[in-house]
Amino acid sequence: MANFAKPKGPRFDVEVYSNEYLPEGGREVNAIVTVTSTGGGTTGGRTASAAGPDAAVAIMVDCSGSMDYPPTKMRGAREATAAAIDALRDGVRFSVIAGTHVAKEVYPGYGRLAVADAGTREDAKQVLRRLSAGGGTAIGSWLRLADRLLNSDEVPDTAVRHGILLTDGRNEHESPEDLQAALDSCAGRFTCDARGVGTDWEVKEVTGIASALLGSADIVADPAGLTADFTHMMETAMGKEIADVALRLWTPMGAEIRYVKQVAPTVEDLTDRRTPVGPRAGDYPTGSWGDESRDYHVCVEVPAAGIGHEMLAARVSLVIDRGDGETQNLSQGLVRAVWTDDMAASTAINPQVAHYTGQAELAQVIQQGLDARKSGDMDGATAKLGRAVQLAAGSGNADTARLLAKVVDVVDAATGTVRLKAKVEDADEMTLETRSTKTVRVKNVQDVQHTEQ
Amino acid sequence: MSQMHQLTDGVAGATCPSCAEPLESGDLFCGACGYDLSAVRAQQDHPTIAIGRGSTPPAADPTDPAALAAPAAPGDAVEWPEAREVDSSDVPAPVHLPSDLAGTDSGGSELPAAERPFSSDASAAPMPQTPVGESDGPAGPGADGTDELGDFDEPSTPSRPTADPRTATPTPTPPAGIKLCVACRAGRVDRDGYCERCGHAQPRERDHMEQELDAVAAVSDRGLRHHRNEDAFAVSATALPDGSPAVVAVVCDGVSSATRPDEASIAAAQAANESLLAALPREVHPQQAMHDAIIAASEAVNSLADQPDPVPDHAHHQNAPACTIVASVVAGGLLVVGWVGDSRAYWVPADRSVPAARLTEDDSWAAQMVAAGLMNEAEAYADERAHAITGWLGADAYELEPHTASFKPDRPGVVVVCTDGLWNYAEGVDEMASAVPADACSRPLHSAQVLVGHALDGGGHDNVTVAVLPFPVAPQGAGSA
Repeated sequence: MANFAKPKGPRFDVEVYSNEYLPEGGREVNAIVTVTSTGGGTTGGRTASAAGPDAAVAIMVDCSGSMDYPPTKMRGAREATAAAIDALRDGVRFSVIAGTHVAKEVYPGYGRLAVADAGTREDAKQVLRRLSAGGGTAIGSWLRLADRLLNSDEVPDTAVRHGILLTDGRNEHESPEDLQAALDSCAGRFTCDARGVGTDWEVKEVTGIASALLGSADIVADPAGLTADFTHMMETAMGKEIADVALRLWTPMGAEIRYVKQVAPTVEDLTDRRTPVGPRAGDYPTGSWGDESRDYHVCVEVPAAGIGHEMLAARVSLVIDRGDGETQNLSQGLVRAVWTDDMAASTAINPQVAHYTGQAELAQVIQQGLDARKSGDMDGATAKLGRAVQLAAGSGNADTARLLAKVVDVVDAATGTVRLKAKVEDADEMTLETRSTKTVRVKNVQDVQHTEQ
Repeated sequence: MSQMHQLTDGVAGATCPSCAEPLESGDLFCGACGYDLSAVRAQQDHPTIAIGRGSTPPAADPTDPAALAAPAAPGDAVEWPEAREVDSSDVPAPVHLPSDLAGTDSGGSELPAAERPFSSDASAAPMPQTPVGESDGPAGPGADGTDELGDFDEPSTPSRPTADPRTATPTPTPPAGIKLCVACRAGRVDRDGYCERCGHAQPRERDHMEQELDAVAAVSDRGLRHHRNEDAFAVSATALPDGSPAVVAVVCDGVSSATRPDEASIAAAQAANESLLAALPREVHPQQAMHDAIIAASEAVNSLADQPDPVPDHAHHQNAPACTIVASVVAGGLLVVGWVGDSRAYWVPADRSVPAARLTEDDSWAAQMVAAGLMNEAEAYADERAHAITGWLGADAYELEPHTASFKPDRPGVVVVCTDGLWNYAEGVDEMASAVPADACSRPLHSAQVLVGHALDGGGHDNVTVAVLPFPVAPQGAGSA
């Protein structure tokens, strides 16, 4: 595997697992592309700075009135933000935004970003103590302010830009269209993790923010858990080494991309986020990367060819914009199609492809099952969640299986026989929904080293 | 290894093997008794006619001088040319029947034919390396990179219908220095060997190879149904210590169900060839040299298993690379063959009124079944395991058992050394002989081309490799490699 990153940057490796053998007349090629970035983290940097890459972080804390009910939420948010600030690497630019029906710069203010050091961290924490709850919720306005700050002139072009957003309630003081417009304008300009604290927030809003801005989404039902979660989020953000990496797909004439999904660590459909590059190539955003590994499922429809023919169905590469308008190719892999009359070869489904097809279905049936449950369709909910239990058990997705078991009584996991629980804690249902897209990798020797922590 | 059962349309006029009801072309089952005809067709497409057709092989009796001197060998069709037991040139030439080619075992000692290791329990037979229907070729997703992405410039040439890369004629005047795709004839070829426009793989060097020396020639072709050529050959010529010429041909067929079969076949062919070239001038008996060459080839293939796969293939199990081998040496009035697997050598006399003969016996499931008398030939070859090989070169081979044999033909002819890509289309010895051009002795390259063409005309389902060695060595042919 060739590596083209600059010596100091992370090294990207691309591996392709595919169903490359097609029967006569076969047109669909499925490939799982595993992208692994190593040598990032704190071991090197694209800049000369020994401390790590340039980075800018905005922390958006919900300060709406509901944060005082119970008051542990506001206290938890203050402490969590303080812990996140402690986790900032020296030299990282940062800002704290208080979010209500408007967005307010809490620290340092005046449209600026602070540069993290012992002094600014202390100043910021002093300011946090005076943070109080009061007002509504308009998340789009928080994001627009974060975007302005993170993309101000003082932040270098190649910096890793990241937001951390905490909310406890629904986005009631702006329309869904306003939030969507804000997400559209922020997409690709910074990445953002989103958290819901308590159980009064809307799962689809929080997951929608994380999805659009290529970050993680999660629930922190108990405010006491916020500090650990914020610290972990900030540490992950500090581990990001390189921003704005795109997955570039070249396909031959006559071929069509059916879909492109990130499938690990979470399912994220990228199909509609294509930016064309030349006549037969397009870029799909993947956000920023530290030391990590992600899997993508690429499905390409190629023109049929005769037995014995071989073609390149797609060339997959990881690219970054070098800042001068030129793109740099970090690594690449080839997705081939070979037509064979060997039925065993053409009917065999690659284990990786099969696994992630199942994981994507798992995420989908959980969502469908919970939606059916909310709408009162108990038979539909039972069927979908039963299928989810079956898929989770079959694929070894133990975390999801455990979350499902809090929503349904599992009679027989192998056949997917379940009964809906009469009473389900809100937190359990929201946790399942928020984490429904989390996947596990194929368990084999080769993947042990890649297994998510 | 062609292990696929092809459906062919050539059953018109055939009858059901079960109830003799006439069949129609395209029938999948017999209309009268419901017999599954797919196996029948498979057999027609992969006709492996083994020793002793229609009967159990004659028991080789080493004490019977008649069997040695006047061998009426495989089946009733072949009469081996008479040969003296010991010739006047001081070279003791053991003469074998094709049916009792015990050869030497891996320890170098002779094995009686009847005692070739074989289990009478079919299920306990050595596991075939290429079970029927196993996936074909590892061919990992080539993820090797280039320095940068090939550019995506669209050539201005208007699009044309896609053509078969191998039948498309080259663009009359391609711009200097720019390789155009053979399929769409408009796109440039990227560094990975694919068209930047239509993505089609470009012909590779091994897709079609020919080599001609004065006294031997070989041709190898990808065939029409496989995406790459996993066969390999080596031909060469040297001289014995007495200055007389010695000619070598080695043909290997990569086992598709193993990893990197193409590398295995080339490594084996080269190692065997080099071993023979080193041994023959040093007074090593050609049959011993052949035995040693197969051992050398085996070691070369084994060592591939230790090397990391440059292109990890996750679609297949990482089996050790493996291949078959068949080689022939014509030297000092002797014709020596050696083999492991189901690649074959045939003797075709120049005088076609004299019967031809097959010199090798497949290491295949069907051949073993027939040889052991457990099945008749029809039953054995109707079985889906028929073409699975029971011997091969590779780190996972159970026990390397090189078969070698020496013959002393009493008249001119050619040795045809080939993979199953050819013999699948020339069922019996007679068919093989009739496919060999009459002037084979004087035009070995042409003959090899004609034989490859015969396989391609028949469907070209597998890679095809053929070497043709005239016997005796053409006088002008010595040492001209």
